[in-house]
Amino acid sequence: MADIAFLLLIFFLVATTMDVDTGLTRLLPPIPEDEQKEEVKVNKRNVLVVLINRNDQLMVGGQFGTRVDELKDIVMEFFTNPTNDKTLPEKVTKEIQFPPGSSPLLPPNGLWVGSVSKGVISLQNDRSTTYKKYLKVQNELVAAVNQLRQDFCQLYFGKDFDDLNMNNPTEKEIAEAIRDRYKMNISEAEPKNIGGLN
Amino acid sequence: MSKFRRKKGKGAQKINTSSLPDIIFMLLFFFMVSTTMRETEVQVQIKIPEVSEVKKLEQKSLVSYIYIGRPNRGLQGMYGTEPLIQLNDKLINDEGIPTETVQDFVLFEREALPEVDKNKMVMSLRIDEDIPMGKVDDVKQALRRAKALIINYSARKDYAEQGR
Repeated sequence: MADIAFLLLIFFLVATTMDVDTGLTRLLPPIPEDEQKEEVKVNKRNVLVVLINRNDQLMVGGQFGTRVDELKDIVMEFFTNPTNDKTLPEKVTKEIQFPPGSSPLLPPNGLWVGSVSKGVISLQNDRSTTYKKYLKVQNELVAAVNQLRQDFCQLYFGKDFDDLNMNNPTEKEIAEAIRDRYKMNISEAEPKNIGGLN
Repeated sequence: MSKFRRKKGKGAQKINTSSLPDIIFMLLFFFMVSTTMRETEVQVQIKIPEVSEVKKLEQKSLVSYIYIGRPNRGLQGMYGTEPLIQLNDKLINDEGIPTETVQDFVLFEREALPEVDKNKMVMSLRIDEDIPMGKVDDVKQALRRAKALIINYSARKDYAEQGR
């Protein structure tokens, strides 16, 4: 009996894997329906261009030589624009529905009214940029938005954004509303060659 | 002769093994439940990058994998050392941009999903960290054409960066 069990055990040890797949989940932009590229008019102050050249160097908002670890703060400032700087993105007033009575900082009907940034980040890379650097930069952009959501969630609900239980309808609604409050506005440009000869 | 002779066993006492199958079966069931079947053999060298903001992929049945890396040592004689794309068990050896092949792969994988989940398909990109982005951009463009828009850049949790 033990022999058979051993045999099966060894088989399963060899034939299976245990690794959990983790990673950064992102959405690709759909290909425009009509081949005609539509020119979307975006105000210059609303776009933060993040370039990575073929030597893995960064240029953020026209400034060359930004380090990756500075990126998170730059992006957070870009999305919040705390001083209403004229060079940082505009804001629009928006109403977002939270579950009624979910937070003492919200009115009883749960309607949040505030200004939401119109900022968009445009991430561009060269064909010779290494994947590692690209992912590090993606990570910092995602980290910045996550941090903003986290701060908002902590302030209004006294909870970590990551700890919201998606199986609980109220908390799921909260999570979706917060996602709406801070959108992950990261656009990945059509690939092109930038930054020197190839 | 003596009535009170000590009962001495000859040699070492045997261990009672009647519970051994139970223990092994327990281990077996543990492994059967906690692991998943290895579906493909990865034929390219991949060192997954490490970043801080990783999330777990929840529904494994919705995930299809695309591997990009340099071929394994043993296969370099046949495929060279340039980065290649692996879809399921096949290394794609096409010259230039393998758009068509990737699109076919997406269609094939989507066919395998139940009707309700067809637009929830996740493409997990397992890419070596030293691969130039050109190859990745080609694959991303192909995925956009094939309308497989949810992608996951496979990465490991970087614990060193957390305290920052």
